Amino acid sequence: MDLLDIARWQFGITTVYHFLMVPLTIGLAILVAGMQTAWYRTGNERYLKMTKFWGKLMMVNFAMGVVTGIVQEFQFGMAWSEYSRFVGDVFGAPLAMEGIVAFFVESVFLGLWIFGWDRLSKRVHLACAWAFSLATVASAYFILAANSWMQHPVGVKLVDGEPRLSSIWAVLTNSTLLAAFPHTIFGCFAVAGTFVLGIAAWKVWKRDRAGAPHDEDRRVWHKSMRVGAWVALVAFAGLAVSGDVQGKLMFSQQPMKMASAEALCHTEQPASFSVFAYGDVSQPDCESVKSLTVPFLLSYLAHGDFSTEVKGVQQLQQEYEQKYGANYPDDPRLGELAGEPIDYQPNLPVTYWGFRLMIGFGAVSALSAAAVLWFTRKGRFPTGRWWGPLALASIATPFLANVFGWVFTEMGRQPFVVVPNPNPSGVDGVRMYTAQAVSSGVAPGEMLTSLIALTSVYAVLLVVEVFLMVRYARGGFEAVMPPKHSDGGGDDSDSDEDSDVLSFAY
Amino acid sequence: MDLPAFWFCVIALLWLGYLFLEGFDFGVGMLLPILGRGEAERRVLINTIGPVWDGNEVWLIVAGGSMFAAFPGWYASLFSTAYLPLTVLLIVLIGRGVAFEYRGKVDTARWRKSWDAVIVLASWAAPLMVGLMLSATVFGLPLNANGDRVGSPLVILTWPNVLGAVSVLAFSLLHGAAFLALKTEGEVRARAQRFALTLGVPLLAPLAALLLVAQLREGASWTWIPLLTSLAAGLAALGRQARSRDGQAFTLQGIALAGAVVTLFGALWPNVLPSTLDPEWSLSVAETASSPYTLAVVSWVAAFGTPAVLVYQGWTYWVFRKRIGTKHIPPVHVP
Ligand code: HDD
Ligand code: HEM
Ligand code: HEM
Repeated sequence: MDLLDIARWQFGITTVYHFLMVPLTIGLAILVAGMQTAWYRTGNERYLKMTKFWGKLMMVNFAMGVVTGIVQEFQFGMAWSEYSRFVGDVFGAPLAMEGIVAFFVESVFLGLWIFGWDRLSKRVHLACAWAFSLATVASAYFILAANSWMQHPVGVKLVDGEPRLSSIWAVLTNSTLLAAFPHTIFGCFAVAGTFVLGIAAWKVWKRDRAGAPHDEDRRVWHKSMRVGAWVALVAFAGLAVSGDVQGKLMFSQQPMKMASAEALCHTEQPASFSVFAYGDVSQPDCESVKSLTVPFLLSYLAHGDFSTEVKGVQQLQQEYEQKYGANYPDDPRLGELAGEPIDYQPNLPVTYWGFRLMIGFGAVSALSAAAVLWFTRKGRFPTGRWWGPLALASIATPFLANVFGWVFTEMGRQPFVVVPNPNPSGVDGVRMYTAQAVSSGVAPGEMLTSLIALTSVYAVLLVVEVFLMVRYARGGFEAVMPPKHSDGGGDDSDSDEDSDVLSFAY
Repeated sequence: MDLPAFWFCVIALLWLGYLFLEGFDFGVGMLLPILGRGEAERRVLINTIGPVWDGNEVWLIVAGGSMFAAFPGWYASLFSTAYLPLTVLLIVLIGRGVAFEYRGKVDTARWRKSWDAVIVLASWAAPLMVGLMLSATVFGLPLNANGDRVGSPLVILTWPNVLGAVSVLAFSLLHGAAFLALKTEGEVRARAQRFALTLGVPLLAPLAALLLVAQLREGASWTWIPLLTSLAAGLAALGRQARSRDGQAFTLQGIALAGAVVTLFGALWPNVLPSTLDPEWSLSVAETASSPYTLAVVSWVAAFGTPAVLVYQGWTYWVFRKRIGTKHIPPVHVP
């Protein structure tokens, strides 16, 4: 493997891993803040139990999100130094803003929230929960601004062949960002909703099968489950709407990605949407693929009507060659690729299946949420053998949908790391091939070392995290509520201030 | 002062904030088996930094992110050249962060012992890597005209850089002891005070040596002022420690650190990363700086953001200002 491949694998693995933690943190943090608000307003202990239980699982996950994020922040300089030099003038700003505006708030107020149950008044403590959960959303905004700029550069001018920021406002209101941000945040709620649903349903199922009484605890689990199911369902609706907007933007901004998402070989008008293909989608020649199609649908996805022409990869390859050149520049840093012809097609099986699996897994999780809502109405719960394991298994679906969504988006823009903006107003010259972006001063062995080391550490930690989650899920409310003899309310901060024992400590 | 110079100072300030805050974090981690005898005491140590370590670590993220925004070339060359030490830093920071959070979540001695090992190992390794990277940026690296490393991944291991690594480590150890003297009570506090007093001079010596080397090699005449301030404050801190004035000792150590950072960045100026092969190839503040517009944008964000950060981060320390002793530690309560 050469340096470029190692760098790409490393970025892919570490980012996908980071994004396993991220959506759960974002979605769950907001849900927990909501639960705590319900407790604050009603004083009902049921909501305190929910806050404490789901808050604990969120904390187990949060730690992993934080530590894997630092790798991401440093990786641009370490493995993609040419990229960092080229785009630094534009790309660094949202990253720095994310740190100053979001990460500080997140980390400081999470610390206050975890340790502050008996040190802060109820009100201030609740405000801390909202501060850190909204900060996670803010951090998503800034990082997606950076990412959207790579998909669709705006707000820059070219000076000596390099992009210089000319309007931060344009970067922060990039049309790509305004669609990707809601899509990603809805994706986070799909994850968190299904997570709550899955674990709570499993708890109810276990209790019911063991013949436990229908007491208060069961009601709390049942309630959690239905809240989770509603959240997941609404999130999916939001995903479909925002995804549709993204599809239309993709059609105008990254036509090659659009064609690859369909493995569409020839231009079609009106274009039909392929639901499922068999045969070899990696051959864009139309002969090796048979696919089940819905007529007109692709035209609708691309442009909102039933007649628009959608270009195929073969035609686009020619258009791209004319616009951006048929061969890589003769730059020694490109290694073997220097001067070679450019293949503008991304990896077709990955984009084709990535797109379908994203939508497919999302649809499965939405259907299961709807089924849960139907089968558990009025406090009911089916006692069949498979309901518990099925509920747990459904937790995986939105995670998978998210992963496939990112893999599709990121690999669909290859061979570019900064995709040229098709808008011919000066910005269209801003582009960078992934092959030019990798660090030129790093040895392959060096990067392979970090790839192996990080991947192994990540693998071990994933096992640990899941182990802890399972333990806490098993433990239920008793394990997270303060022991009965002490007062866990946290409302009378004055008397607690002088009391001897901390209510929470590592 | 023009914007690039201003951002050079901001970045120095961010590194100072990081070294000051996470310095004592690292020290507490290193001292875990030395000052914490028994489980209850170890929990006292960990809980002195429990609510704050993550906020402290964000200074590192923002320091890195600001280098990217304000001096992309500096960020790119330093981080890719120091690739291996940074990989080690990332891995130990991963382990450390997770260890704090997970250590108390299962109630068995083996579980806790394993995570304690991670905390201790990581807390010793991390300041070494930070020190290596910071002194490399002051003393320079073998860079070619493009800002890429010439030579093996280990060219960073020159003796001045190793001295830098050791000084950050030693300072963090002392700083951790001073912090524990300030934040704990009873036995642990007494031991922390004794530790700081007995080892104070040898722990400050590497930093003093580093500053002198930097001054003699790269320094300007004005950097003698922060250098001497740093040494005087370091010694005065030990004097205060001897009188059990924990707060004053801790503050004076902060001043010593500030003097050291100013000396080092003063010696670095007007470069951000010298090339040891050819001064022509050194990365300078003027050449690596982002465009004036970008710098203006981040300046506005920093102008509003930084004071807010200082206020609410300061407030956390106020909320958790009480000394902790073994009697405050609640029983373990896990599933
Ligand atoms: C859509 C959201 C999203 C995306 C695409 C990313 N992150 Fe992230 N990141 C978060 C959302 C997030 C978060 C929800 O805010 C986290 C997760 C857990 C946490 O503590 O904050 C976080 C943590 C986190 C941290 C630690 C912050 C702390 O100590 O509190 C850093 C340094 C980064 N991220 C950096 C990155 C970089 C450089 C990314 C791009 C490659 C990236 N993240 C992708
Ligand atoms: C703002 C956030 C992000 C930025 C700036 C970013 C940037 C990059 C960069 C520089 C590369 C390397 C070039 C390449 O190999 O394509 C890359 C690749 C990749 N990224 Fe992202 N990315 C971001 C978010 C994400 C997220 C959240 C995920 C998924 C969880 C993701 C998934 C991937 C994958 C799978 C690759 C590998 C693609 C390949 O090998 O071709 N990215 N991204
Ligand atoms: C009807 C359903 C959906 C449609 C039409 C849709 C559409 C899209 C499109 C077009 C993109 C690519 C944007 C681009 O690269 O230009 C995308 C990206 C993405 N999708 Fe979906 N999607 C759907 C469902 C889902 C679901 C269920 C999830 C996760 C739970 C999800 C998660 C993502 C993620 C994480 C990305 C990459 C980040 C981004 O560009 O925002 N999507 N989606």
